[in-house]
Amino acid sequence: MSDDLTIDGNGAAGLLQEVFPFEMTTVRATCDGCGASGALGALPVYEHAPGTVIRCPHCDAVQVRVVRDAGRYWIELRGVRCLEIRA
Amino acid sequence: MGRLTWRPGTVLESVTETPRVKTLTIAAPEWPGHRPGQHVDVRLTAEDGYQAVRSYSLAAPASNGTVMVTVERLDDGEVSPYLVDEARPGDQVELRGPVGGYFVWEPALGGPLLLVGGGSGIVPLAAMLRVHAAAASDVPTRLLFSARSPDEAIFTAELDRLAADDLQLQVIATYTREAPADWTGYRRRVDREMLEEVAWRGADRPLAFVCGPTGFVETVAADLEQMGYAGDRIRTERFGPTGGTP
Repeated sequence: MSDDLTIDGNGAAGLLQEVFPFEMTTVRATCDGCGASGALGALPVYEHAPGTVIRCPHCDAVQVRVVRDAGRYWIELRGVRCLEIRA
Repeated sequence: MGRLTWRPGTVLESVTETPRVKTLTIAAPEWPGHRPGQHVDVRLTAEDGYQAVRSYSLAAPASNGTVMVTVERLDDGEVSPYLVDEARPGDQVELRGPVGGYFVWEPALGGPLLLVGGGSGIVPLAAMLRVHAAAASDVPTRLLFSARSPDEAIFTAELDRLAADDLQLQVIATYTREAPADWTGYRRRVDREMLEEVAWRGADRPLAFVCGPTGFVETVAADLEQMGYAGDRIRTERFGPTGGTP
């Protein structure tokens, strides 16, 4: 269940899968700011900003930002130290 | 895995659950099936070409080429007001999925299983319970759901039926604003004391799924951690505005 306000990574699964060739909600991200790690599905997502912003639930730092416009994506991962993807 | 494709869907039926919530059955002949707790993305296209996409929990296992979504209307939403108020049998939508693998329970994951739902957060949990019952799973399962009143509670008749038939399932409700006069159950928000009474002990190594508004989910998840639940065995799904008490 989700609509226009805050959701979490579960609700952003489809968008993430447009970009990445993996099921992304089970991918663990380690925050570059505070070192906390968690599954992307559990992280808070904000959709009011231009594009979609995934934040760290512990220190609120931006982890992932995805902006989509007319056939292009911009993906910023500056806040992620490491993505752990199960092959 | 890999790229998702949009597939056609046709609305077959719209059932009113509460004044703000409807369950849509959508024919999706190309749907590949899904696991309980997964989502479907729904895309609407306006006459001028404007498109809006939102993600919804699937309310039940796929059957006979149909999927079921249960949608709560958010008044400032772009998609939910159409799905709740306007969608009629025969209307076309586009679907992609299933998406999500984090908030998923299958019998093989075991338990004991604790499901905690606030408001329409019951939807993915109901999908898990439907599979639990259909598979005659022997995983001991408790569902605690919170609603403002019986009128605003979703799926109560079906949950009662499941609990009566499924010997491994206990269903506990709490009503936060209005309860029937003869109601002997809880009449308050989910709190630590209630969880201590209802939930499995941390020492039992339970697996917990918590779904509801953001504040509800964060409070319950923090309480469960304090009760000794392992952090990686508490799966959360939060949605919608932070206001309101389910």
